[in-house]
Amino acid sequence: MKKRLALILASAMLVSSAVCSLTSCNGGGAGGSSAKGHVYYLNFKPEQDKAWQDLAAEYTEETGVTVDVETAADGKYEETLSAAMARSDAPTLFQVNGPVGLANWKDYCYDLSDAAVTKELTNDAYALKADGKTYGVGYVTETYGIIVNKKLLSDAGHSLDEIKDFDSLKAVAEDITANSAKLGFSAFTNASLKSGDDWRMQTHLANLPIYYEYKADGISSTDAIKGTYLDNYRAIFDLYLNNSTCDPKIVTSKTVDDARAEFISGQAVFYQNGSWEYARVSEALGDDNLAMIPIYIGVEGEENQGLCTGTENYWTVNCNAAEEDIQATLDFLEWVVTSDKGTDALANKMNFVSPFKKAKEATNLFEKMSIDYTSSGKTAVSWNFATMPSEAWKTELGSALAVYAANPTDDTWAGVKEAFVDNWAAEVAKSKK
Amino acid sequence: MEKTMKKNPLYFCLFLLPTLLAFMIGFVIPFGMGIYLSLCDFNTVNDAKFVGVENYMQIFQGDDTFVHSFWFTALFAVISTVAINVIAFMVAVLLTKNFGGTNLFRTVFFMPNLLGGVLLGTIWKVLLNGVLVMFKETLTTKGVYGFIGLLILIIWQQVGYMMIIYVAGLQGVSDDLKEAARIDGANNRQILFKITIPLVMPSISMCTFLSITNGFKLFDQNLTLTGGEPMHNTEMLALNIYNSFYDRIGWKGVGQAKAVIFFLLVGLIAIVQLKLTQSKEAD
Repeated sequence: MKKRLALILASAMLVSSAVCSLTSCNGGGAGGSSAKGHVYYLNFKPEQDKAWQDLAAEYTEETGVTVDVETAADGKYEETLSAAMARSDAPTLFQVNGPVGLANWKDYCYDLSDAAVTKELTNDAYALKADGKTYGVGYVTETYGIIVNKKLLSDAGHSLDEIKDFDSLKAVAEDITANSAKLGFSAFTNASLKSGDDWRMQTHLANLPIYYEYKADGISSTDAIKGTYLDNYRAIFDLYLNNSTCDPKIVTSKTVDDARAEFISGQAVFYQNGSWEYARVSEALGDDNLAMIPIYIGVEGEENQGLCTGTENYWTVNCNAAEEDIQATLDFLEWVVTSDKGTDALANKMNFVSPFKKAKEATNLFEKMSIDYTSSGKTAVSWNFATMPSEAWKTELGSALAVYAANPTDDTWAGVKEAFVDNWAAEVAKSKK
Repeated sequence: MEKTMKKNPLYFCLFLLPTLLAFMIGFVIPFGMGIYLSLCDFNTVNDAKFVGVENYMQIFQGDDTFVHSFWFTALFAVISTVAINVIAFMVAVLLTKNFGGTNLFRTVFFMPNLLGGVLLGTIWKVLLNGVLVMFKETLTTKGVYGFIGLLILIIWQQVGYMMIIYVAGLQGVSDDLKEAARIDGANNRQILFKITIPLVMPSISMCTFLSITNGFKLFDQNLTLTGGEPMHNTEMLALNIYNSFYDRIGWKGVGQAKAVIFFLLVGLIAIVQLKLTQSKEAD
């Protein structure tokens, strides 16, 4: 009898320990849910992971509230978020990339209309809204354009003042190509069309024809793009392909890392990318040798075009979290954007330009240039990626561009056009929300 | 002891419950959830809304890539299964002969198996692109390059593993039988086809089972070698499912439905293949 009892107890222990480890009933991770609440941030940007961890530690030291920061692997945010949100200790703070992302996660987003952090925004345009309520707060604005190695440009006998529009950009690039054997460098880095590395072309460059079309039609999103400026898209893409370090036929094997390496090692004058590259390129080339110019695609009036500045990073708070955790998260966000330590970390450690009233001045050269362009009367190009109907649309466009690059004919361009125009409507129809 | 085991449910619970529990948690429950989710519209597994067979309809109406992926994968699985097993068997026959260094060679052939799929895909991508670049091509300019590239990779990776199984099988074939056949006047060819192969049939059915299911389930190598380019041309079933899961908003249910179909297909094919080869096994 005694033996039997012991066995029953033993198996009961086994079962309960198994169940316990499943549901993690021993406190629900570090910090737990004390009366003060607890913040759990699922960070999007791997390069800022360290800075967030440090900032979280400082906040905990100051207030005693636990802040856990977890960072998703590069390009794997949606996957990580989907898994994390299904857990019982889901993130209290996460991010969406704009209207399309918000549509996906709206059931999880807390109404931030009255939150302190929303009121700190300098411009209402950085509040992500749906149905008249604010669900997301843009926390960093970023800028992209064509990064220029000024030293190489002057070695080639040209200067930045020459480049005013697409034609002058083309003239400079083609002149460099004509003399590239003598100069020892090319005009553009490779266009990195390997799938997964093609976002510079299928998202960032594609934004320009979309921007001009929206502008001409006076809209801010659409269910059916017309592709009015696709010829301009082709012209700039051809310019990138034909004046680059690499034969267009093999550009589908190239990555963004390859392109950056070419730029840093002085093999190319121009490199289309954004302010997030600042730390890496300035370390190698120095601020004095660097500039960023607008991506001209040959649209009328583009002399007044500035850099492409916008955001696809919006903070959202998980409305399904416990009351005290939501409050803790809101307090944390307020602290980040108003306190000395928080604003210092955003500006100087993460190199962010943040659209908040108390934000410190940025150290990022490219962001400063963007501000200079705007203050000299040029119009910044907005980011319209978030209106692209789906990830599949971008992937498809990238594939079509790769096919075109290998064999640039009108037929293959028709494939790009199909991926751009027809597939836009098709993807809108396929997306269920 | 055996008697008490069977009679006493307590012992049964004690010894089998932990495994059973792990099996339930790790397999049966997720599998059941998976089937249920394939009938739902969901974003995370907690917010599923039942929608019936809508997701299954969508696979064939809204998306033409799945059918292509199926045929591509099937072709790949068949060719790779034949190639892997023929080569592995030949290598195994060679390496069971009596000559120096067979252990060294066995190790060398087996080594690629110790590397992970992602790593292999990346390495082979660099190697193959390095060759193709001389002809102004890359792995992703034509679908056929990707297909051949995947074949080379998978053969290189799997031959060693199958070879070990065949070596074990071949060593189990008694020399007496071969010697008797030789005395009866059989030549080498006859010995191979009439004696050796029928006797290693269990190894063959094992190996073909493994390589055909591996062929269907291939994911990491596909993702890193070609990523499905150009234009979904080299996208195999597992990658197709993965892509539909994350590429479009509201398509997680469709991806899940594809995964259920995928399970049924692979299960069916594996059962048919096992029945076919097992019927040839010598008793």
